[in-house]
Amino acid sequence: MTALLEARHVTRIFGGGFFDRSSTLALDEFSLALDGDRPSIIAVVGESGSGKTTLGRLLLGLTTPTRGQVFYNGRDLQKMSRAGWRAFRRDVQVIFQDPYGVYNPFYRIDHVLTTPVAKFGLATSRAGARTLIDDVLRAVGLRPEETLGRFPHQLSGGQRQRVMVARALLLRPRVIVADEPVSMVDASLRATILASLRTMNRDLGISIVYITHDLATAYQISDTIVVLYRGSVAEAGDVELVVKRPQHPYTQLLLSSIPLASPERTWMTESATAPTAPREAIETGCKFAGRCPSVASACREMPPPRFQTDRGRAVACYLYRGAPVLTEGDPWPRRSR
Amino acid sequence: MLSVRDLVVHYDTPLGRVKAADRISFSLRAGERLGFAGESGSGKSTMALAILRMIKPPGRIEAGEVRLDGQNLMTLNDEDMRRVRLAGIALIPQGSMNALNPVMRVKEQIIDALRDHGVRLSGRERDVRVRELLQSVGLRADVADMFPHELSGGMKQRACIAIGISLRPRVIIADEPTSALDVVVQKQVMETLARVQENLGASVILVGHDMGLMAQFVDRLGIMYAGKLIEVSPVREIFTRPLHPYTRMLIASLPSLEEKGTFRGIPGLLPLLRDLPPGCAFHPRCPHTVDRCRTEVPTLREVRPDGSAACHLV
Amino acid sequence: MRYLRRNPSLVVGIVLLSALALFVIVGHFTVDTSKSRPLSAPAVRAPSAEHPFGTDRQGRDLFATMVAGTPLTLRIGFIAGFLGVGIGAILGFVSAYYRGTVDAIIRGIVDIGLTVPGLLVLIIIAVSLRRGLTVDQMAIIVASLAWLNPARTIRAQVLSLRERGYVEVARLSGMSGPEIIFKELMPNVLPYLAATLVNSVSSAILASVGLEVLGLGPIDSPTLGMTLYWVNFNAALINGWWWWWAAPIVIILVVFLGLFFLTVGLDEIANPRLRRAI
Repeated sequence: MTALLEARHVTRIFGGGFFDRSSTLALDEFSLALDGDRPSIIAVVGESGSGKTTLGRLLLGLTTPTRGQVFYNGRDLQKMSRAGWRAFRRDVQVIFQDPYGVYNPFYRIDHVLTTPVAKFGLATSRAGARTLIDDVLRAVGLRPEETLGRFPHQLSGGQRQRVMVARALLLRPRVIVADEPVSMVDASLRATILASLRTMNRDLGISIVYITHDLATAYQISDTIVVLYRGSVAEAGDVELVVKRPQHPYTQLLLSSIPLASPERTWMTESATAPTAPREAIETGCKFAGRCPSVASACREMPPPRFQTDRGRAVACYLYRGAPVLTEGDPWPRRSR
Repeated sequence: MLSVRDLVVHYDTPLGRVKAADRISFSLRAGERLGFAGESGSGKSTMALAILRMIKPPGRIEAGEVRLDGQNLMTLNDEDMRRVRLAGIALIPQGSMNALNPVMRVKEQIIDALRDHGVRLSGRERDVRVRELLQSVGLRADVADMFPHELSGGMKQRACIAIGISLRPRVIIADEPTSALDVVVQKQVMETLARVQENLGASVILVGHDMGLMAQFVDRLGIMYAGKLIEVSPVREIFTRPLHPYTRMLIASLPSLEEKGTFRGIPGLLPLLRDLPPGCAFHPRCPHTVDRCRTEVPTLREVRPDGSAACHLV
Repeated sequence: MRYLRRNPSLVVGIVLLSALALFVIVGHFTVDTSKSRPLSAPAVRAPSAEHPFGTDRQGRDLFATMVAGTPLTLRIGFIAGFLGVGIGAILGFVSAYYRGTVDAIIRGIVDIGLTVPGLLVLIIIAVSLRRGLTVDQMAIIVASLAWLNPARTIRAQVLSLRERGYVEVARLSGMSGPEIIFKELMPNVLPYLAATLVNSVSSAILASVGLEVLGLGPIDSPTLGMTLYWVNFNAALINGWWWWWAAPIVIILVVFLGLFFLTVGLDEIANPRLRRAI
């Protein structure tokens, strides 16, 4: 199987140039493969500094890896031709977090829809283009008569984000990288946008990489989940397993810190939370060692490999050293059909 | 302890007059945690600022009274009002952690607040006071000498809480104190706030949009929509027996971590404050609308013991 | 229309400059501009019905001189200003969008150029070209340095804009670099460009007047600066011939005030945060 989109041992370091002595390891030896034949929704979950946004930008070709490669249909993005990039841009689209900055205030919102139609030759006539845009707006629950012809500041944040989803749909991509698509949208509208994403996956076969810090929406929308901590994978696999029975101490910490919108009050009555991370970067060993309640000496020497603890899940933690080790490829074991 | 009656705030925009807060009334009991949840444009931040008379033009407090222990703050002169701020009611505003003065050390910013309110202390007493304050929010003593950029997000927010409580206020209003923080740090900051409240015996008003946070932190919760307070109940009741259709649909749309389900958003859009529909502001999106909802604005009234809603159907 | 009420500076600027334009246009119809040449009228006469602005020592009718000279000075300013902003904008855009070596080179030249005292350079250039300077040659001389500041300020503006989300979205929609500069960045820089242009014109007029007062301008043209040169040359101040220096100075004042208020007004359009609440 040639993966549609693949990151292979991708490392991204910021800074550390000639004039800048400090450097940040944003992503550390990360690998992920998206199968074109089986469209799925993968959630990449992490907090700030986890590297999730960097991963999104690497997959979109907006930034280049310091080490490792990103492949599209088997071809290295760094070595692609102009034609290759065109095909890539059609197949891999984005939904950004901020529904404000993505619109050029000088133009009406039509601009953001007509530009890809023109650039990729999606329609042969003005009427054809208009039909295409109308269809795609309706697909996300907007009315073209009420939306087109307006300036961005005349629409609400939720509407603007839905137009972005519509834009992503226009090109009929095979992958959509959604970086925090609903975090700046009001609660009552989030569900509508997430429902659109799920429909796109189910009905149109579009794979979605859903990047977020919000575990609840990640749980609701995705099939598999990758939990990132400081650029490395802590735990990954089937979302029901990871969320309902978390094994990595960081995943457990994350889940216990989320205030649930339910009448039972257990949030602050639980035991004290782990100490805050020390500011200095940890050079060797597991990145979570400084905050882990179960830390052992082995943890500080070598970063743990991924142990396959279930058929559909892997954990990078020495607590599970009895389980078989995953060597190459994806963060979690692929189920063989 | 704090009673707000019919507070009205207007904003004059080039496109017309906007009622950002429309006849807000509620009471805050001693030692209680009261939350105000709402989406954008609901008026919750406006209300928090209005209580402290911090609304700037083109906004204006049109009407209403705010009584702290019986005294109406709206009738105070500027000097007396200034004294109430921070010493009587403290506000930890939205984004305050980014508003810390970047060229002053933390201890200087705390001392600044103290001095501004006429607290006279000797050098040594000052240092002791600063250290106590930092300790009460869980920060080490050496943080006093640091600059804001040397602190993490959670530490900055806790420093803001320290400044907020430096004069031992009786009411603490926190506006979205954790919205820019990671979920693990958020818990630490909220725990700090709870501890601080207990030590001072103060009451807390928490303004935000995270229903989960409200569920786990506050005792009573008020829901705001389009500038109006549409429901107030003990927080358990809000989640088990919500009164207003908006509350019900909002809770139903929240993603749960218990089981996977269908996505149930509220259809339609939030109304524009300058173009509100007639009658109940929620009626275009409400599945239970009747004729009365389209013409008559519902008032907040007590429907069951300690539970009020502004809806014609309850 | 309502906006003009909220932006008084813009209104004042437009009014002042319109008044000046009116003066020049009406003046051209009421007086014979050849009277701005020497020996057209009796010398050193105070303002009267026949010579509303009086006459100077070489027999120029000063009203005619002002009517003829004002557009010349303005022309130098406009040519130099437009040239300066035009070149500066191109360099600023290229520098800011492409970054890297191109940026380093352009920035280096601009930074070094800005530290050199401009007037000094202009004087040196003007002195070496002394033979029969025309008005247009003046404009080119001033333009030679006028592009430095616009290049820097426009570069700064574009640098902040290129990080906006919509630039990335444009790139992901298949737009090329030059397309992004023209279609996405340029429209958002336009108001700022307009303000920079007016600024540039102002500085150009000032520079040209400065050179002319020193006698380094087009000697045979009745520009405002040259008139002041003759004022100086003939010690009009000491001799009490107030009408000779009053006219050009008042007009220069109106020009600068008009351009200043226009800049402030345009700045407000370019930067919405400066707008006052009504």
